[in-house]
Amino acid sequence: MVEIKDLHKSFDGNVVLDGVSFKVEDAENMVVFGRSGTGKSVLLKCMIRLMDSDSGDVFIQGKDVFKLNLKELNELRKDIGFLFQGAALYDSMSVRENLEFPLKRNFDLEQKEIDERIHFVLESVSLLEAIDKMPSELSGGMRKRIGLARSIITKPKLMLYDEPTTGLDPITSKEISVLINELQHALKMTSIVVTHDLLCAKIIADRAIVLDDGKIVKEGSINELVNADEPLLKNFFSDKIIEHNGSMK
Amino acid sequence: MNGSSVTDRLFGVTIQRLNDFFTMVGGLTSFTGRFLKEVFLPPYEIEEIRKHMIELGMKTLPIVGVTGFILGLVLAMQLNPVLKRFGAEAFLPGSVGISIVRELGPVICALIFAGRVSSGIGAELGSMRVTEQIDAMEVSGVNPFRFLVVTRVFATTFILPILTVYVIFISLIGAYIAVVLVQNMTWAYYLDRVIFSVEFGDAIPGISKTFVFGYIVGLVGAYKGYTAENGTEGVGKASTSAVVVSSLLILIFDMVLVKLTLWIWPTVK
Repeated sequence: MVEIKDLHKSFDGNVVLDGVSFKVEDAENMVVFGRSGTGKSVLLKCMIRLMDSDSGDVFIQGKDVFKLNLKELNELRKDIGFLFQGAALYDSMSVRENLEFPLKRNFDLEQKEIDERIHFVLESVSLLEAIDKMPSELSGGMRKRIGLARSIITKPKLMLYDEPTTGLDPITSKEISVLINELQHALKMTSIVVTHDLLCAKIIADRAIVLDDGKIVKEGSINELVNADEPLLKNFFSDKIIEHNGSMK
Repeated sequence: MNGSSVTDRLFGVTIQRLNDFFTMVGGLTSFTGRFLKEVFLPPYEIEEIRKHMIELGMKTLPIVGVTGFILGLVLAMQLNPVLKRFGAEAFLPGSVGISIVRELGPVICALIFAGRVSSGIGAELGSMRVTEQIDAMEVSGVNPFRFLVVTRVFATTFILPILTVYVIFISLIGAYIAVVLVQNMTWAYYLDRVIFSVEFGDAIPGISKTFVFGYIVGLVGAYKGYTAENGTEGVGKASTSAVVVSSLLILIFDMVLVKLTLWIWPTVK
């Protein structure tokens, strides 16, 4: 489904991605861990070509993302959902208009089907009552849910999540993680999740990688990573375990 | 601090400012190129353009109306004693009319429009940029440049001439009130004098240049917002510099267009 080969990206000489390579299989949920500034979000943005890489390849559904023209890229993007860190809801549009936007722009659907899809995704995220609200009237957790609803309304095959639980309280974080996991299984999507949140990763991940200094330093299941002997991982996950245990209280 | 370090600092600042200036000129030029390329390609966002025209027009209508009224009133009050000095009070309606139609109406309206709209577009698109809404649009397969920039620039280009006609009319009403205060003149006679004095060659160049001003207001606001960075600080900067740059460009282009008009249309000399 997704294959990344030797991806490099730097900003003004500051290397952010330094030869990142990995594969994600169909319907697999991959979590990308790493400290702040290690290039996790940049990785996601390069994957969907919101940023160009310096070198390397990204293959999604067998297509080299960097070799596609704009029309082909937009065609591919119809199969990809992206949940941004701040949800990125369009402020000037209501929740309904936010959800309609990608459907009306990219798909030739009857209004009846659009309404059905809106109801389905809002029910999935338990926010049907927010349909006519403006984004400014929603809490952080609600915005994330609506962002998630907007991402899945086009029935994507691949979902990219950029810090889906950042800025949320532990209970809402857990709810969002569980919701993501349920939707992943219900819609059988492949997903790549960038997160700091160990609980979120435990709920969602089939497999995980750890990025540091632009390189993948470890790949495996969550348990393998948490129990790894490398000092960097011990250091990284010991803090997370304390946070995790605290959040579970 | 010794003299040479002050000079070095001054030199450094000057170089930085020049660099920023040329970067902006380059950015605006490439933005214009992209606009001209995208504006002719489907899908044509007619509904968005209509929405922006109504929104921007309604938002600016009260302020340009008040400004236009005061402009006409003050201009007539100022001109009356000057014309009286030369025994030319009878020319007051014509002088006011020509001044408003040819220069003051279009330029003042454009400057007010720039202050209100360019900053608004800069702040709106800047906010969308820093909160990743523009990225979200791109990811969903929509061309954000066409949807956000082309529609707004198109709307400002075509709404400003309409607002200018409105401002000219309101200014003439304001001027009439000032005239009535100092001279015994009916509205019909006043209007007749204005229409008699203002020629076709005064009105067309005056109104036509507002298409260019409208384009500048939309383009600069959109450019500053679309390229905003560094969070909320960047949004504030985008909004402020959009007003400054668009106002300055309006005055520069006014100078060029007046010269051009007098050159290609000698009847208005």
